[in-house]
Amino acid sequence: MLILNCPYCSVAAEETELAAGGEAHLKRFGPDSSDEDFHDYLFMRENPKGVHFERWRHANGCGKWFHAARCTQTLEVFGTYPAQTTEPPQEIKDAITAKRPGWSRRDFS
Amino acid sequence: MKHYSAFAVAREALRYHTGWERAWRSPEPKKRYDVIIVGAGGHGLATAYYLGKNYGIQNVAVIEKGWLGGGNTGRNTTIIRSNYLQDPSAAIYEKARSLYEDLSQDLNYNIMFSPRGVMMLAQTQHEIRGYQRTAHANALQGVKTEWITPERVKELVPIINLDGPRYPVLGALWQERGGTARHDAVAWGYARACSAMGMDIIQQCEVTGVRSDNGRVVGVDTTKGAIDCDKLGIVVAGHSGQLAEMAGFRLPLEAIALQALVSEPIKPCMDVVVMANTVHGYMSQSDKGEMVIGGGTDGFNNYTQRGSFHHIEETVRALVETFPMISRLKMLRQWGGIVDMTGDRSPILSKTPLQGCFINGGWGTGGFKAIPGSGWGMAQLMATGHSPLTEAFSLDRFKEGRFIDESVAAGVAH
Repeated sequence: MLILNCPYCSVAAEETELAAGGEAHLKRFGPDSSDEDFHDYLFMRENPKGVHFERWRHANGCGKWFHAARCTQTLEVFGTYPAQTTEPPQEIKDAITAKRPGWSRRDFS
Repeated sequence: MKHYSAFAVAREALRYHTGWERAWRSPEPKKRYDVIIVGAGGHGLATAYYLGKNYGIQNVAVIEKGWLGGGNTGRNTTIIRSNYLQDPSAAIYEKARSLYEDLSQDLNYNIMFSPRGVMMLAQTQHEIRGYQRTAHANALQGVKTEWITPERVKELVPIINLDGPRYPVLGALWQERGGTARHDAVAWGYARACSAMGMDIIQQCEVTGVRSDNGRVVGVDTTKGAIDCDKLGIVVAGHSGQLAEMAGFRLPLEAIALQALVSEPIKPCMDVVVMANTVHGYMSQSDKGEMVIGGGTDGFNNYTQRGSFHHIEETVRALVETFPMISRLKMLRQWGGIVDMTGDRSPILSKTPLQGCFINGGWGTGGFKAIPGSGWGMAQLMATGHSPLTEAFSLDRFKEGRFIDESVAAGVAH
Protein backbone atom coordinates (compact mmCIF):
# COMPACT_ATOMS: atom_id res chain seq x y z
CA MET A 1 0.00 0.00 0.00
CA LEU A 2 1.22 3.44 -0.95
CA ILE A 3 1.95 5.70 2.03
CA LEU A 4 2.73 9.39 1.59
CA ASN A 5 3.59 11.89 4.31
CA CYS A 6 1.35 14.90 4.02
CA PRO A 7 3.68 17.93 4.21
CA TYR A 8 0.92 20.08 5.75
CA CYS A 9 -0.50 17.97 8.56
CA SER A 10 2.50 15.58 8.83
CA VAL A 11 0.26 12.53 8.78
CA ALA A 12 1.57 9.36 7.15
CA ALA A 13 -1.44 8.99 4.89
CA GLU A 14 -2.21 5.68 3.23
CA GLU A 15 -3.72 5.38 -0.19
CA THR A 16 -7.38 5.33 0.78
CA GLU A 17 -6.93 8.78 2.35
CA LEU A 18 -5.41 10.20 -0.81
CA ALA A 19 -6.63 11.22 -4.23
CA ALA A 20 -4.21 11.16 -7.15
CA GLY A 21 -4.06 14.32 -9.23
CA GLY A 22 -1.72 13.47 -12.09
CA GLU A 23 1.60 14.95 -13.16
CA ALA A 24 2.96 17.93 -11.23
CA HIS A 25 4.70 21.08 -12.46
CA LEU A 26 2.75 21.35 -15.70
CA LYS A 27 3.19 24.63 -17.50
CA ARG A 28 -0.24 25.97 -18.23
CA PHE A 29 -1.06 27.44 -21.61
CA GLY A 30 -4.16 29.51 -22.18
CA PRO A 31 -6.10 31.26 -24.93
CA ASP A 32 -3.18 33.15 -26.50
CA SER A 33 -0.81 30.22 -26.76
CA SER A 34 0.04 28.29 -29.91
CA ASP A 35 -2.00 25.20 -30.86
CA GLU A 36 1.08 23.09 -30.25
CA ASP A 37 1.58 24.32 -26.67
CA PHE A 38 -2.10 24.05 -25.83
CA HIS A 39 -2.22 20.49 -27.20
CA ASP A 40 0.81 19.45 -25.19
CA TYR A 41 -0.54 21.07 -22.03
CA LEU A 42 -3.88 19.27 -22.40
CA PHE A 43 -2.78 15.82 -23.52
CA MET A 44 0.95 15.18 -23.35
CA ARG A 45 2.30 13.83 -20.10
CA GLU A 46 5.81 12.74 -19.32
CA ASN A 47 4.64 9.25 -18.29
CA PRO A 48 8.14 8.12 -17.27
CA LYS A 49 9.17 4.62 -16.27
CA GLY A 50 11.09 5.83 -13.24
CA VAL A 51 11.11 9.08 -11.31
CA HIS A 52 7.79 10.89 -11.48
CA PHE A 53 6.52 14.09 -9.86
CA GLU A 54 2.86 14.01 -8.98
CA ARG A 55 0.06 15.99 -7.43
CA TRP A 56 -1.82 14.36 -4.60
CA ARG A 57 -4.61 15.55 -2.38
CA HIS A 58 -4.97 14.53 1.23
CA ALA A 59 -8.66 14.09 0.50
CA ASN A 60 -9.77 12.22 3.61
CA GLY A 61 -7.48 14.23 5.86
CA CYS A 62 -6.56 17.88 5.80
CA GLY A 63 -7.88 18.23 2.26
CA LYS A 64 -4.83 20.02 0.90
CA TRP A 65 -2.96 19.47 -2.35
CA PHE A 66 0.71 18.54 -2.18
CA HIS A 67 3.39 17.09 -4.43
CA ALA A 68 5.19 13.76 -4.26
CA ALA A 69 8.28 12.36 -5.97
CA ARG A 70 7.80 8.69 -6.66
CA CYS A 71 9.26 5.92 -8.83
CA THR A 72 6.71 4.35 -11.17
CA GLN A 73 8.93 1.32 -11.67
CA THR A 74 9.50 0.35 -8.02
CA LEU A 75 6.73 2.34 -6.26
CA GLU A 76 9.45 3.85 -4.05
CA VAL A 77 8.61 7.27 -2.58
CA PHE A 78 11.46 9.80 -2.55
CA GLY A 79 9.62 12.50 -0.65
CA THR A 80 6.69 14.89 -0.54
CA TYR A 81 6.63 18.69 -0.58
CA PRO A 82 4.13 21.55 -0.57
CA ALA A 83 2.40 22.43 -3.83
CA GLN A 84 3.34 26.13 -3.86
CA THR A 85 6.34 25.67 -6.11
CA THR A 86 7.05 25.41 -9.83
CA GLU A 87 9.78 22.85 -9.48
CA PRO A 88 10.91 20.22 -6.96
CA PRO A 89 12.95 21.60 -4.03
CA GLN A 90 16.65 20.81 -3.83
CA GLU A 91 16.35 18.34 -0.93
CA ILE A 92 13.90 16.25 -2.95
CA LYS A 93 16.26 16.30 -5.92
CA ASP A 94 19.11 15.27 -3.61
CA ALA A 95 17.05 12.44 -2.15
CA ILE A 96 16.40 11.15 -5.66
CA THR A 97 20.06 11.51 -6.69
CA ALA A 98 21.09 9.52 -3.60
CA LYS A 99 19.02 6.57 -4.83
CA ARG A 100 19.24 7.13 -8.59
CA PRO A 101 22.78 8.40 -9.26
CA GLY A 102 23.08 10.42 -12.42
CA TRP A 103 19.38 11.15 -12.49
CA SER A 104 18.24 14.45 -13.97
CA ARG A 105 14.81 16.00 -14.23
CA ARG A 106 13.47 16.12 -17.73
CA ASP A 107 11.54 19.14 -18.79
CA PHE A 108 9.35 18.55 -21.79
CA SER A 109 7.49 21.80 -21.86
CA MET B 1 2.11 -26.77 -39.97
CA LYS B 2 0.14 -29.92 -39.25
CA HIS B 3 -3.60 -29.39 -39.32
CA TYR B 4 -5.42 -29.84 -36.01
CA SER B 5 -8.56 -31.96 -36.34
CA ALA B 6 -10.52 -34.74 -34.68
CA PHE B 7 -8.71 -37.10 -37.01
CA ALA B 8 -5.32 -35.75 -35.83
CA VAL B 9 -6.29 -36.36 -32.19
CA ALA B 10 -7.31 -39.93 -33.02
CA ARG B 11 -4.12 -40.51 -35.04
CA GLU B 12 -1.92 -39.23 -32.23
CA ALA B 13 -3.82 -41.22 -29.62
CA LEU B 14 -2.88 -44.37 -31.55
CA ARG B 15 0.82 -43.51 -31.51
CA TYR B 16 1.19 -42.22 -27.96
CA HIS B 17 1.12 -38.56 -29.00
CA THR B 18 4.60 -38.66 -30.48
CA GLY B 19 3.64 -36.81 -33.66
CA TRP B 20 2.70 -33.37 -32.32
CA GLU B 21 5.02 -30.63 -33.43
CA ARG B 22 5.78 -27.29 -31.82
CA ALA B 23 3.03 -24.79 -32.50
CA TRP B 24 5.49 -22.11 -33.64
CA ARG B 25 9.21 -21.89 -34.40
CA SER B 26 11.64 -19.86 -32.28
CA PRO B 27 14.21 -18.71 -34.84
CA GLU B 28 17.14 -16.36 -34.51
CA PRO B 29 16.44 -12.99 -36.13
CA LYS B 30 17.39 -12.47 -39.78
CA LYS B 31 19.32 -9.40 -40.88
CA ARG B 32 16.33 -7.77 -42.52
CA TYR B 33 12.54 -7.96 -42.70
CA ASP B 34 9.93 -6.08 -44.73
CA VAL B 35 7.96 -5.42 -41.57
CA ILE B 36 8.90 -5.62 -37.91
CA ILE B 37 6.16 -5.67 -35.30
CA VAL B 38 7.30 -4.90 -31.75
CA GLY B 39 5.18 -6.76 -29.23
CA ALA B 40 3.97 -10.36 -29.52
CA GLY B 41 0.70 -9.89 -27.72
CA GLY B 42 -2.69 -10.37 -29.30
CA HIS B 43 -2.70 -7.08 -31.19
CA GLY B 44 0.85 -7.47 -32.54
CA LEU B 45 0.36 -11.05 -33.67
CA ALA B 46 -3.03 -10.26 -35.20
CA THR B 47 -1.43 -7.38 -37.12
CA ALA B 48 1.25 -9.72 -38.45
CA TYR B 49 -1.32 -12.39 -39.30
CA TYR B 50 -3.55 -10.08 -41.35
CA LEU B 51 -0.50 -8.52 -43.06
CA GLY B 52 0.32 -11.99 -44.33
CA LYS B 53 -3.21 -13.20 -44.95
CA ASN B 54 -4.79 -10.10 -46.48
CA TYR B 55 -1.79 -8.42 -48.11
CA GLY B 56 0.71 -11.22 -48.80
CA ILE B 57 3.41 -9.53 -46.71
CA GLN B 58 5.07 -12.53 -45.08
CA ASN B 59 8.66 -11.42 -44.54
CA VAL B 60 7.68 -10.27 -41.06
CA ALA B 61 9.25 -10.50 -37.62
CA VAL B 62 7.34 -10.13 -34.37
CA ILE B 63 9.74 -9.14 -31.59
CA GLU B 64 8.84 -9.68 -27.95
CA LYS B 65 10.69 -8.56 -24.82
CA GLY B 66 9.23 -11.24 -22.58
CA TRP B 67 7.24 -14.22 -23.71
CA LEU B 68 4.44 -14.45 -26.22
CA GLY B 69 1.08 -13.32 -24.84
CA GLY B 70 2.59 -12.64 -21.41
CA GLY B 71 1.48 -9.03 -21.10
CA ASN B 72 -2.08 -7.79 -21.09
CA THR B 73 -3.18 -10.56 -23.47
CA GLY B 74 -2.71 -13.00 -20.61
CA ARG B 75 -3.97 -10.64 -17.90
CA ASN B 76 -7.40 -9.48 -19.01
CA THR B 77 -10.86 -10.76 -18.10
CA THR B 78 -11.49 -12.07 -21.65
CA ILE B 79 -14.69 -10.13 -22.27
CA ILE B 80 -15.76 -9.58 -25.88
CA ARG B 81 -18.43 -7.02 -26.72
CA SER B 82 -19.02 -4.21 -29.20
CA ASN B 83 -21.83 -2.16 -27.62
CA TYR B 84 -20.01 1.17 -27.87
CA LEU B 85 -21.63 4.54 -28.28
CA GLN B 86 -19.38 6.27 -30.82
CA ASP B 87 -19.45 5.16 -34.46
CA PRO B 88 -15.69 4.59 -34.97
CA SER B 89 -15.53 2.49 -31.78
CA ALA B 90 -18.57 0.43 -32.70
CA ALA B 91 -17.08 -0.17 -36.16
CA ILE B 92 -13.71 -1.52 -34.99
CA TYR B 93 -15.05 -3.47 -31.99
CA GLU B 94 -17.88 -5.00 -34.04
CA LYS B 95 -15.38 -5.96 -36.75
CA ALA B 96 -13.36 -7.66 -34.01
CA ARG B 97 -16.39 -9.38 -32.52
CA SER B 98 -17.52 -10.66 -35.90
CA LEU B 99 -14.01 -11.97 -36.65
CA TYR B 100 -14.01 -13.76 -33.27
CA GLU B 101 -17.11 -15.68 -34.37
CA ASP B 102 -15.13 -17.90 -36.75
CA LEU B 103 -11.59 -17.23 -35.62
CA SER B 104 -11.14 -20.82 -34.41
CA GLN B 105 -11.87 -22.10 -37.92
CA ASP B 106 -9.77 -19.39 -39.56
CA LEU B 107 -6.72 -20.10 -37.40
CA ASN B 108 -7.33 -23.85 -37.07
CA TYR B 109 -6.88 -23.30 -33.33
CA ASN B 110 -9.62 -23.52 -30.74
CA ILE B 111 -9.84 -20.10 -29.14
CA MET B 112 -12.98 -21.20 -27.27
CA PHE B 113 -15.09 -18.23 -28.31
CA SER B 114 -18.19 -18.42 -26.18
CA PRO B 115 -20.90 -15.94 -27.28
CA ARG B 116 -22.73 -16.30 -23.99
CA GLY B 117 -24.03 -12.74 -23.91
CA VAL B 118 -22.79 -9.60 -22.18
CA MET B 119 -25.03 -7.68 -19.84
CA MET B 120 -24.25 -4.16 -18.65
CA LEU B 121 -26.39 -3.36 -15.63
CA ALA B 122 -28.10 -0.02 -15.22
CA GLN B 123 -28.16 0.81 -11.51
CA THR B 124 -28.94 4.52 -11.61
CA GLN B 125 -31.38 6.69 -13.58
CA HIS B 126 -28.43 8.11 -15.50
CA GLU B 127 -27.35 4.69 -16.60
CA ILE B 128 -30.85 3.82 -17.80
CA ARG B 129 -30.80 6.84 -20.09
CA GLY B 130 -27.18 6.22 -21.10
CA TYR B 131 -27.71 2.59 -22.05
CA GLN B 132 -31.00 3.23 -23.84
CA ARG B 133 -29.13 5.82 -25.87
CA THR B 134 -26.36 3.29 -26.57
CA ALA B 135 -28.94 0.70 -27.63
CA HIS B 136 -30.41 3.20 -30.12
CA ALA B 137 -26.92 4.13 -31.37
CA ASN B 138 -26.07 0.45 -31.78
CA ALA B 139 -29.26 -0.09 -33.82
CA LEU B 140 -28.07 2.61 -36.23
CA GLN B 141 -24.55 1.16 -36.31
CA GLY B 142 -25.80 -2.34 -37.08
CA VAL B 143 -24.61 -3.75 -33.76
CA LYS B 144 -27.22 -6.02 -32.27
CA THR B 145 -27.96 -4.96 -28.69
CA GLU B 146 -31.15 -4.40 -26.74
CA TRP B 147 -32.41 -2.78 -23.58
CA ILE B 148 -33.84 -5.39 -21.20
CA THR B 149 -36.00 -5.13 -18.09
CA PRO B 150 -35.02 -6.22 -14.56
CA GLU B 151 -37.29 -9.28 -14.91
CA ARG B 152 -35.35 -10.43 -17.96
CA VAL B 153 -32.07 -9.74 -16.09
CA LYS B 154 -33.21 -12.04 -13.28
CA GLU B 155 -34.21 -14.69 -15.82
CA LEU B 156 -30.74 -14.62 -17.40
CA VAL B 157 -28.82 -14.30 -14.11
CA PRO B 158 -30.73 -16.05 -11.32
CA ILE B 159 -27.99 -15.35 -8.75
CA ILE B 160 -28.41 -11.59 -9.05
CA ASN B 161 -29.99 -9.44 -6.33
CA LEU B 162 -32.27 -6.95 -8.11
CA ASP B 163 -33.25 -4.77 -5.15
CA GLY B 164 -29.98 -4.00 -3.44
CA PRO B 165 -30.32 -1.14 -0.95
CA ARG B 166 -27.89 1.23 -2.66
CA TYR B 167 -27.73 0.04 -6.24
CA PRO B 168 -30.92 -1.70 -7.39
CA VAL B 169 -30.85 -3.25 -10.86
CA LEU B 170 -33.10 -1.12 -13.04
CA GLY B 171 -32.48 -2.85 -16.36
CA ALA B 172 -29.54 -3.68 -18.59
CA LEU B 173 -27.96 -3.28 -21.99
CA TRP B 174 -27.80 -6.78 -23.43
CA GLN B 175 -25.57 -7.96 -26.27
CA GLU B 176 -26.49 -11.52 -27.04
CA ARG B 177 -23.48 -12.27 -29.26
CA GLY B 178 -20.92 -10.83 -26.89
CA GLY B 179 -19.10 -13.21 -24.61
CA THR B 180 -15.66 -14.50 -23.76
CA ALA B 181 -12.79 -16.39 -25.37
CA ARG B 182 -9.70 -18.17 -24.09
CA HIS B 183 -7.27 -15.24 -24.03
CA ASP B 184 -4.00 -17.20 -24.23
CA ALA B 185 -5.34 -19.29 -27.09
CA VAL B 186 -5.97 -16.13 -29.12
CA ALA B 187 -2.27 -15.24 -28.91
CA TRP B 188 -1.18 -18.85 -29.43
CA GLY B 189 -3.49 -19.36 -32.40
CA TYR B 190 -2.29 -16.21 -34.15
CA ALA B 191 1.35 -17.10 -33.36
CA ARG B 192 0.97 -20.57 -34.84
CA ALA B 193 -0.69 -19.21 -37.98
CA CYS B 194 1.99 -16.51 -38.37
CA SER B 195 4.78 -19.02 -37.92
CA ALA B 196 3.17 -21.27 -40.52
CA MET B 197 3.31 -18.39 -43.01
CA GLY B 198 7.07 -18.19 -42.45
CA MET B 199 7.04 -15.22 -40.10
CA ASP B 200 9.61 -15.14 -37.30
CA ILE B 201 8.40 -14.74 -33.73
CA ILE B 202 11.42 -13.71 -31.68
CA GLN B 203 10.87 -13.90 -27.93
CA GLN B 204 13.18 -12.75 -25.13
CA CYS B 205 14.43 -9.99 -27.40
CA GLU B 206 14.08 -6.44 -26.17
CA VAL B 207 14.07 -3.47 -28.52
CA THR B 208 16.62 -0.96 -27.24
CA GLY B 209 16.48 1.64 -29.99
CA VAL B 210 14.77 2.64 -33.21
CA ARG B 211 17.09 3.54 -36.08
CA SER B 212 16.06 6.10 -38.64
CA ASP B 213 17.58 7.81 -41.64
CA ASN B 214 16.31 11.14 -42.91
CA GLY B 215 13.04 10.92 -40.98
CA ARG B 216 12.37 7.39 -42.13
CA VAL B 217 12.61 4.24 -40.04
CA VAL B 218 15.32 1.80 -41.18
CA GLY B 219 15.44 -0.73 -38.37
CA VAL B 220 15.64 -1.46 -34.67
CA ASP B 221 18.43 -2.21 -32.21
CA THR B 222 17.65 -5.18 -30.01
CA THR B 223 19.33 -7.30 -27.37
CA LYS B 224 19.89 -9.81 -30.20
CA GLY B 225 21.53 -7.25 -32.48
CA ALA B 226 20.39 -4.74 -35.06
CA ILE B 227 17.59 -5.74 -37.44
CA ASP B 228 16.67 -3.78 -40.57
CA CYS B 229 13.14 -3.17 -41.76
CA ASP B 230 11.08 -1.10 -44.20
CA LYS B 231 8.15 -0.65 -41.87
CA LEU B 232 7.86 -0.79 -38.12
CA GLY B 233 4.72 -1.38 -36.08
CA ILE B 234 4.80 -0.52 -32.37
CA VAL B 235 2.18 -2.61 -30.58
CA VAL B 236 3.36 -2.72 -26.98
CA ALA B 237 0.46 -1.47 -24.80
CA GLY B 238 1.85 -0.26 -21.47
CA HIS B 239 5.29 0.54 -22.85
CA SER B 240 4.10 2.51 -25.91
CA GLY B 241 5.57 5.68 -24.41
CA GLN B 242 9.06 4.16 -24.09
CA LEU B 243 9.06 2.88 -27.68
CA ALA B 244 7.75 6.19 -28.99
CA GLU B 245 10.54 7.97 -27.18
CA MET B 246 13.09 5.70 -28.90
CA ALA B 247 11.45 6.58 -32.21
CA GLY B 248 11.65 10.28 -31.41
CA PHE B 249 8.06 11.31 -30.78
CA ARG B 250 5.67 11.51 -27.85
CA LEU B 251 2.29 9.98 -27.24
CA PRO B 252 -0.66 11.34 -25.27
CA LEU B 253 -0.69 8.33 -22.97
CA GLU B 254 -0.26 7.47 -19.32
CA ALA B 255 0.50 3.99 -18.00
CA ILE B 256 -1.51 2.78 -15.02
CA ALA B 257 -2.28 -0.56 -13.40
CA LEU B 258 -5.52 -2.47 -13.87
CA GLN B 259 -6.19 -5.50 -11.72
CA ALA B 260 -8.28 -8.63 -11.95
CA LEU B 261 -8.84 -11.62 -9.72
CA VAL B 262 -10.40 -15.07 -9.79
CA SER B 263 -12.19 -17.09 -7.13
CA GLU B 264 -11.92 -20.74 -6.30
CA PRO B 265 -13.71 -22.88 -8.90
CA ILE B 266 -17.38 -23.54 -8.19
CA LYS B 267 -20.18 -25.29 -10.05
CA PRO B 268 -21.74 -23.41 -12.98
CA CYS B 269 -23.89 -20.59 -11.61
CA MET B 270 -23.78 -17.77 -14.14
CA ASP B 271 -23.59 -18.31 -17.88
CA VAL B 272 -23.40 -14.69 -19.05
CA VAL B 273 -20.94 -11.85 -18.52
CA VAL B 274 -22.26 -9.19 -16.14
CA MET B 275 -20.77 -5.71 -15.93
CA ALA B 276 -21.80 -3.19 -13.30
CA ASN B 277 -20.22 0.12 -14.19
CA THR B 278 -21.67 2.23 -11.41
CA VAL B 279 -20.00 0.11 -8.77
CA HIS B 280 -16.85 -0.63 -10.82
CA GLY B 281 -17.13 -4.38 -11.08
CA TYR B 282 -17.62 -7.05 -13.68
CA MET B 283 -17.83 -10.79 -13.41
CA SER B 284 -18.08 -13.93 -15.50
CA GLN B 285 -17.53 -17.62 -14.85
CA SER B 286 -14.67 -19.36 -16.62
CA ASP B 287 -14.92 -22.86 -18.03
CA LYS B 288 -12.95 -24.08 -15.03
CA GLY B 289 -15.63 -22.65 -12.75
CA GLU B 290 -13.69 -19.73 -11.36
CA MET B 291 -15.51 -16.43 -11.06
CA VAL B 292 -13.38 -13.98 -13.06
CA ILE B 293 -13.64 -10.50 -11.57
CA GLY B 294 -12.39 -7.16 -12.77
CA GLY B 295 -12.70 -3.68 -11.41
CA GLY B 296 -11.47 -0.13 -11.69
CA THR B 297 -7.95 1.09 -12.35
CA ASP B 298 -5.57 2.62 -9.87
CA GLY B 299 -5.42 6.37 -10.11
CA PHE B 300 -1.68 6.86 -10.49
CA ASN B 301 1.14 6.12 -12.95
CA ASN B 302 2.53 2.66 -12.42
CA TYR B 303 4.70 0.21 -14.38
CA THR B 304 4.90 -2.58 -11.81
CA GLN B 305 2.07 -4.91 -12.91
CA ARG B 306 0.92 -4.78 -9.28
CA GLY B 307 -2.06 -2.84 -8.08
CA SER B 308 -3.40 -1.47 -4.83
CA PHE B 309 -5.25 -3.84 -2.59
CA HIS B 310 -8.01 -1.45 -1.65
CA HIS B 311 -9.26 -1.38 -5.24
CA ILE B 312 -9.86 -5.10 -5.03
CA GLU B 313 -11.69 -4.61 -1.78
CA GLU B 314 -13.92 -1.96 -3.37
CA THR B 315 -14.67 -4.15 -6.39
CA VAL B 316 -15.53 -7.21 -4.33
CA ARG B 317 -17.59 -5.19 -1.86
CA ALA B 318 -19.65 -3.78 -4.71
CA LEU B 319 -20.16 -7.16 -6.35
CA VAL B 320 -21.22 -8.78 -3.06
CA GLU B 321 -24.16 -6.40 -2.90
CA THR B 322 -25.32 -7.37 -6.39
CA PHE B 323 -24.38 -11.07 -6.05
CA PRO B 324 -24.85 -11.94 -2.33
CA MET B 325 -23.90 -15.60 -2.91
CA ILE B 326 -20.28 -14.72 -3.71
CA SER B 327 -19.71 -13.38 -0.18
CA ARG B 328 -18.50 -16.83 0.93
CA LEU B 329 -16.19 -17.37 -2.03
CA LYS B 330 -12.46 -17.54 -1.49
CA MET B 331 -10.36 -15.62 -3.96
CA LEU B 332 -7.50 -17.60 -5.50
CA ARG B 333 -5.35 -15.24 -7.49
CA GLN B 334 -4.99 -11.54 -8.17
CA TRP B 335 -2.80 -9.84 -10.73
CA GLY B 336 -2.26 -6.56 -12.53
CA GLY B 337 -1.43 -5.37 -16.01
CA ILE B 338 -0.13 -2.05 -17.27
CA VAL B 339 -2.62 -0.28 -19.47
CA ASP B 340 -1.89 2.80 -21.55
CA MET B 341 -4.68 5.33 -21.21
CA THR B 342 -5.41 8.16 -23.65
CA GLY B 343 -7.34 11.29 -22.78
CA ASP B 344 -10.52 10.16 -24.53
CA ARG B 345 -10.13 6.49 -23.52
CA SER B 346 -10.00 5.41 -27.16
CA PRO B 347 -7.03 3.73 -28.84
CA ILE B 348 -4.45 5.18 -31.20
CA LEU B 349 -3.94 3.38 -34.52
CA SER B 350 -1.94 5.74 -36.59
CA LYS B 351 0.95 6.79 -38.73
CA THR B 352 3.58 8.63 -36.71
CA PRO B 353 5.92 11.58 -37.30
CA LEU B 354 8.59 8.99 -38.18
CA GLN B 355 7.94 7.76 -41.72
CA GLY B 356 7.32 4.04 -42.01
CA CYS B 357 6.65 3.74 -38.30
CA PHE B 358 3.13 2.96 -37.13
CA ILE B 359 1.62 2.86 -33.66
CA ASN B 360 -1.16 0.67 -32.30
CA GLY B 361 -1.73 1.38 -28.62
CA GLY B 362 -3.75 3.23 -26.06
CA TRP B 363 -6.30 0.44 -25.78
CA GLY B 364 -6.44 1.19 -22.09
CA THR B 365 -8.62 -1.18 -20.15
CA GLY B 366 -10.44 -2.71 -23.11
CA GLY B 367 -8.03 -4.16 -25.63
CA PHE B 368 -8.68 -7.89 -25.61
CA LYS B 369 -12.10 -7.69 -27.26
CA ALA B 370 -10.60 -5.67 -30.12
CA ILE B 371 -7.69 -7.94 -31.06
CA PRO B 372 -8.88 -9.26 -34.45
CA GLY B 373 -10.35 -5.93 -35.57
CA SER B 374 -7.30 -4.02 -34.41
CA GLY B 375 -4.99 -6.39 -36.27
CA TRP B 376 -7.18 -6.21 -39.36
CA GLY B 377 -7.21 -2.40 -39.43
CA MET B 378 -3.57 -2.01 -38.44
CA ALA B 379 -2.47 -4.44 -41.19
CA GLN B 380 -4.47 -2.46 -43.74
CA LEU B 381 -2.97 0.80 -42.48
CA MET B 382 0.58 -0.58 -42.63
CA ALA B 383 0.17 -2.24 -46.02
CA THR B 384 -1.77 0.43 -47.89
CA GLY B 385 -1.29 3.59 -45.84
CA HIS B 386 -5.01 3.95 -45.18
CA SER B 387 -7.75 2.05 -43.38
CA PRO B 388 -11.37 3.09 -42.86
CA LEU B 389 -11.32 1.17 -39.57
CA THR B 390 -8.42 3.12 -38.07
CA GLU B 391 -8.89 6.50 -39.74
CA ALA B 392 -10.68 8.11 -36.80
CA PHE B 393 -8.12 6.80 -34.30
CA SER B 394 -5.20 8.81 -35.67
CA LEU B 395 -2.67 10.55 -33.47
CA ASP B 396 -3.66 14.04 -34.62
CA ARG B 397 -7.24 13.71 -33.39
CA PHE B 398 -6.23 15.32 -30.10
CA LYS B 399 -4.86 18.40 -31.82
CA GLU B 400 -7.87 18.62 -34.08
CA GLY B 401 -10.41 18.05 -31.33
CA ARG B 402 -11.89 14.94 -32.97
CA PHE B 403 -12.17 12.94 -29.76
CA ILE B 404 -13.81 9.56 -29.71
CA ASP B 405 -15.04 10.07 -26.22
CA GLU B 406 -15.68 6.70 -24.68
CA SER B 407 -14.67 7.81 -21.20
CA VAL B 408 -18.09 9.35 -20.78
CA ALA B 409 -19.93 6.82 -22.90
CA ALA B 410 -18.48 3.68 -21.35
CA GLY B 411 -18.10 4.78 -17.75
CA VAL B 412 -15.20 3.01 -16.13
CA ALA B 413 -15.33 -0.67 -17.00
CA HIS B 414 -14.35 -0.37 -20.61
